[in-house]
Amino acid sequence: MKIAVASGKGGTGKTFVATNLFNVLSHRGDNVTLTDCDAEAPNDLLFFRTRIVSVTEVTHQVPVINKDACTWCGRCSQWCNYNAIFYVPNAKVIEVIESLCHGCGACSFACNDEAITEKPVTLGTVTSCRTDKNYPLIEARLRVNEMSPVRIIKAAIKESGDDGVVILDAPPGTSCPFIQTVDKADYVVLVTEPTPFGLSDLRQSVETLKEMRKEPAVIINRSDIGDRGVADYLEKEKIPLLAEIRYDPAIARAYSEGRLVTDEIPELASLFEELADKIIDGYGTGSSKR
Amino acid sequence: MKVAITSTGNTLDSKVDQRFGRCAWFVIYDTETGGIEFLPNPNRDAEEGAGPASVQLVASREVQKIISGEFGVKIKSLLDSLKIQMVMYKEPEKTIQSVIDMLKN
Repeated sequence: MKIAVASGKGGTGKTFVATNLFNVLSHRGDNVTLTDCDAEAPNDLLFFRTRIVSVTEVTHQVPVINKDACTWCGRCSQWCNYNAIFYVPNAKVIEVIESLCHGCGACSFACNDEAITEKPVTLGTVTSCRTDKNYPLIEARLRVNEMSPVRIIKAAIKESGDDGVVILDAPPGTSCPFIQTVDKADYVVLVTEPTPFGLSDLRQSVETLKEMRKEPAVIINRSDIGDRGVADYLEKEKIPLLAEIRYDPAIARAYSEGRLVTDEIPELASLFEELADKIIDGYGTGSSKR
Repeated sequence: MKVAITSTGNTLDSKVDQRFGRCAWFVIYDTETGGIEFLPNPNRDAEEGAGPASVQLVASREVQKIISGEFGVKIKSLLDSLKIQMVMYKEPEKTIQSVIDMLKN
């Protein structure tokens, strides 16, 4: 089963939850993989001792226009949904703006004059690692200057396979990268904080997931700060509350130093164990032992 | 010479729109004939690439100069290749009429 750990708002504790969930599941010998889908700022690797097994480049095909074969019909530019083909026929200028290209291939299809060929452009990498306990950890990483991590996330999730439990650490927000990640998930956990900002973004995530016919469950992080807004919302919408994690400077300290609290604070280790059981039992598959 | 001015509306009393690619209207002013044309900007709400698409639009009208408050990073090289001059005019309170008056003198 695939569990996505997501949130609308950034900084609510997705990576904190995903890495510690992975940690407790691997401690007890479950078949578990952690996949860092936050390709614009991946950091799950910081919390584990890992060795790299493989690095795969993710590319997409961008058009190359042969001006000698071009008949200046403009079809490629009209077909492009992303304004990536800059076309001014009266000045005899036609140019591909690679940073806007989504690699969809519509322009090549539209061209009737064989003036368009394609070349691969590297968008980022999928790095497959093993932790010191030999558990798979996969990282999606977008190349600096590239705009969309969607293809890299897709490749990273594919690389994760379907074996046992796969934890997907989702990117923040509710746009394409988030959707690409949760789309492949059997279960979505939203991490939020009890503030008006947390609530506003939680609501957006829930609404987006509703459109995708997915029913998320929620973890409230730093649950003893802020207000009652999130709790009231969950009650009203009948969204299950999986866990509440209290604010503790020891958590912040450990996290900022790249350590896992489930290795250090027994109460949190049991909280995450219970959380894992709730998710896995709730989903009804049970965890597959290695 | 034709000049494109970004405008918040379709009258001469409208203000200079401070955004280029996502401006509300383009005013195409012909300095030789005095002709004035208002074009609604179809790229106003484009998800991506509003700047290049807007350059494409005004370049197809054969303008040689664009006056706006701000220009995005993607379009400088495009305007250079078309030999269109980019004029930054950070005066959000100025009307289109006042810009045209300046172009006349």
